[in-house]
Amino acid sequence: MANVHQFDVVVVGAGGAGLMAGLYASRTARTAVISKLYPTRSHTGAAQGGISAALGNYEEDKPEWHTYDTVKGSDYLGDQDAIEFMCNEAIDAIIELEHMGLPFDRTPQGRISQRPFGGHTNNVTGKPVRRACHAADRTGHMILQTLYQQCLKNKVTFFDEYQVLDFIAVNGKAAGVVAVELATGELHTFHAKAVIFATGGHGRIFEVTSNAYAYTGDGAAILLRRGIPLEDMEFFQFHPTGIYKLGILITEGVRGEGGVLINGLGERFMPKYAPTVKDLASRDVISRAIYTEIREGRGVNGKNYVWLDVRPESVIKYAAMDGRTNPDGSPYTITAEQVLQKLPDIIDFCRVYLGVDPVTQMMPIQPTAHYTMGGIPTNKFGEVVIDSNNTVFSGLYAAGECACVSVHGANRLGTNSLLDLVVFGKYAGLKAAEYAKHADFEKLPQEPEAEAKSQFEALRNGSDKENAFDISTEMKKVMFEEVGIYRNEQGMKRALEKIAEWKERYTHIRVQDTGRIFNTELLNAWELGNMLDVAEVVAVSALNRQESRGGHSREDFPQRDDANWLKHTLVWKQNGKINIDYKPVTITNYQPKERVY
Amino acid sequence: MQVTLKIFRYNPEVDKTFHYETYTLEAEETDRILDLLEKVKGYHDGALSFRRSCAHGVCGSDAMRINGRNMLACKALVRDVGNRITVEPLLGLKVVKDLIVDMEPFFDNYKKILPYFINDSPLPADGRERLQSPEQRARFDETTKCILCAACTTSCPSFWASDQYYGPAALVTAHRFIFDSRDEAAAERMHIIAETDGLARCHTAYNCTLACPREIPITKAIGELKMATITGKVE
Ligand SMILES: Cc1cc2nc3c(=O)[nH]c(=O)nc-3n(C[C@H](O)[C@H](O)[C@H](O)COP(=O)(O)OP(=O)(O)OC[C@H]3O[C@@H](n4cnc5c(N)ncnc54)[C@H](O)[C@@H]3O)c2cc1C
Ligand code: SF4
Ligand code: FES
Repeated sequence: MANVHQFDVVVVGAGGAGLMAGLYASRTARTAVISKLYPTRSHTGAAQGGISAALGNYEEDKPEWHTYDTVKGSDYLGDQDAIEFMCNEAIDAIIELEHMGLPFDRTPQGRISQRPFGGHTNNVTGKPVRRACHAADRTGHMILQTLYQQCLKNKVTFFDEYQVLDFIAVNGKAAGVVAVELATGELHTFHAKAVIFATGGHGRIFEVTSNAYAYTGDGAAILLRRGIPLEDMEFFQFHPTGIYKLGILITEGVRGEGGVLINGLGERFMPKYAPTVKDLASRDVISRAIYTEIREGRGVNGKNYVWLDVRPESVIKYAAMDGRTNPDGSPYTITAEQVLQKLPDIIDFCRVYLGVDPVTQMMPIQPTAHYTMGGIPTNKFGEVVIDSNNTVFSGLYAAGECACVSVHGANRLGTNSLLDLVVFGKYAGLKAAEYAKHADFEKLPQEPEAEAKSQFEALRNGSDKENAFDISTEMKKVMFEEVGIYRNEQGMKRALEKIAEWKERYTHIRVQDTGRIFNTELLNAWELGNMLDVAEVVAVSALNRQESRGGHSREDFPQRDDANWLKHTLVWKQNGKINIDYKPVTITNYQPKERVY
Repeated sequence: MQVTLKIFRYNPEVDKTFHYETYTLEAEETDRILDLLEKVKGYHDGALSFRRSCAHGVCGSDAMRINGRNMLACKALVRDVGNRITVEPLLGLKVVKDLIVDMEPFFDNYKKILPYFINDSPLPADGRERLQSPEQRARFDETTKCILCAACTTSCPSFWASDQYYGPAALVTAHRFIFDSRDEAAAERMHIIAETDGLARCHTAYNCTLACPREIPITKAIGELKMATITGKVE
């Protein structure tokens, strides 16, 4: 045990959630933030469209509408107490970000500018409301930069490019984590009273995805192996508009600015599926609509993609048909310059990766694996809860995309994730620091690094019969096809057989790089192990849930079934065996009803 | 199509000095150079090391020299760089392994210019946001785009000469705050960048502007900073 560090609070991950937690915890507790990437490389930086709050800077809006929209968006699986809490906190959270210097775009009056986003509505008229606060189409980038900068200002301690491999608990309480320092290959033990996981999602288990290479589900997998359950893992969001084949995200903000979806016959098809909000329906609804169009032969040129059209003449034409107006009541219009100014990065992606100019051409898009709704179960204070009675695990916290509060339920509304990060990141940080004030350090086990070491040893000493890259490629393909937008029993059973096979094959890989310094091959192989563990839980949970709800669409059970399935899934893995249990959904004001857009 | 990929290799645990390895691969015109590196790593040599995360040019992990120019490997396509491709680490920062360089001097320079919003005046009484007009916001829009990839700084001859020079990336961040109407520490920052290791070392080689994957007009921003330090006015 050469490298032991002691902190009151250790935060794992330096994206929006981790930085917010670090910022708040460090005010009163000795805090370290550990991240496998330089903080500014975190995936929060990729977020484009906006962060929601009922500021009402353009038109009437209120937290209660935001709450209802989120409950409805979640297909009634979100916990209403937590949703209400988040939507009420939203306004202060956004104002705080502005006070930290975040350069939001501005209204003519100098206030934070807002744009419409899918599923966010005026609850009286049912029409889209401008609730997404934005900084062009790089809102996440600005949040990440601003929070990192504030952490520097407040002298938060960072361990950059340290990858956490294991979680240590003693006497049923958090005691720390084990990490490898990438630059040296040395293992470090971080002895802590409280540990906050903020490691992001696991979208890399799917072939076509908007997610970064780093999205390998490390935090969820580490805790799963340590006996913590994962909640609602069957719910994964497929975003309707990814760049064809590449999966790179084209923000919903494009449709917020008036863009529309067009099928291979040149028809705008969303009015058929969502007569009121059309192209701004919830993501699950639109992804399924696109798939239906493709399946019924109306993809472009018989291929599995459709068009996204934001050419000014099209926007103006459809806005007139929809009767869309500006805040002053005049008809909604847009110019090529405005498209360029509001969506510079989207234009850049299309030009670079497609050779397409969205101002004059349509963009080929297909649904792309995007967001992890399930994850490490927590309550609204970021405390990890480990069973159907919501028993708190002392000293363990989670926030951000790796956590399941659950505010997103079966389907997350766009702009609600960035909000989730800042609200629950903050509370996890506060709670952890408060806990640490009264708790003692647990005594570390004799060899805290033993488990991490043995995982690495195994990867270095396999028979070399198998190639990690092959396993990974097969996994992504099968998960996307069989446990993707549409699911059925046969497909998911096939996927589970495959997962068992890959897990066996995984024990035969051998890392060629025998060095210590930046052994990225070893770490990629270790991450593949996490993805396989997480993929298994996703598939098991999805096969188990015999209904369709939000992002989970069963062809063999096409209806939502509140009588049997209005409940959260919890999955444990113990001694190689999977256990499933459930916990009730918290319902306060909104009784489940049919979800129409 | 076939491409040949010549990659700079150096593993300090094994090699006394660097060398190049050449790989021949099947590739599509639209493949990213990052895709090719992944293929080499997956099937030819697992030890090949490089940083990457987002794979679409927004996280700043994979700046490197591709055919002699600083680019993001995830934003450079085969059709842009041709089928004979040489990949090398950034210049001016110590090579740690293969395409990975030591980023610490780069981030240290960034930290020197007070890279955070400073405004100690009372908050608006209504509890809401500070006001800023769209024009004031537009004034520093371009320099908010920086992803700290280091492509600019490591293309700069002045930085190669001395890594004490803050470099264009740090100056871009200085610009982002100095020209933000809400920030109150412009004078302090101007004082810092007016020191020997700041603006004075920029000889407008223009390399930085050409290298920036975010298309930030860096030389222009530095010019505005120079003007501001001369006139003492930020406008
Ligand atoms: C392209 C794209 C666009 C999006 N647009 C929007 C939007 O407009 N609005 C919205 O609300 N949401 C959006 N989202 C979703 C949202 O951006 C993410 O859900 C959110 O940023 C996740 O933040 P996080 O803090 O949980 O994780 P991240 O920002 O990904 O941070 C994870 C951190 O954990 C670290 N980490 C991971 N594993 C380990 C380990 N083993 N050891 C140490 N550190 C580790 C990483 O280094 C990183 O610092 C978008 C997502 C994508 C992909
Ligand atoms: S200014 Fe451009 S090149 Fe320089 S670090 Fe920022 S994004 Fe990279
Ligand atoms: S991998 Fe993120 S910029 Fe290239």
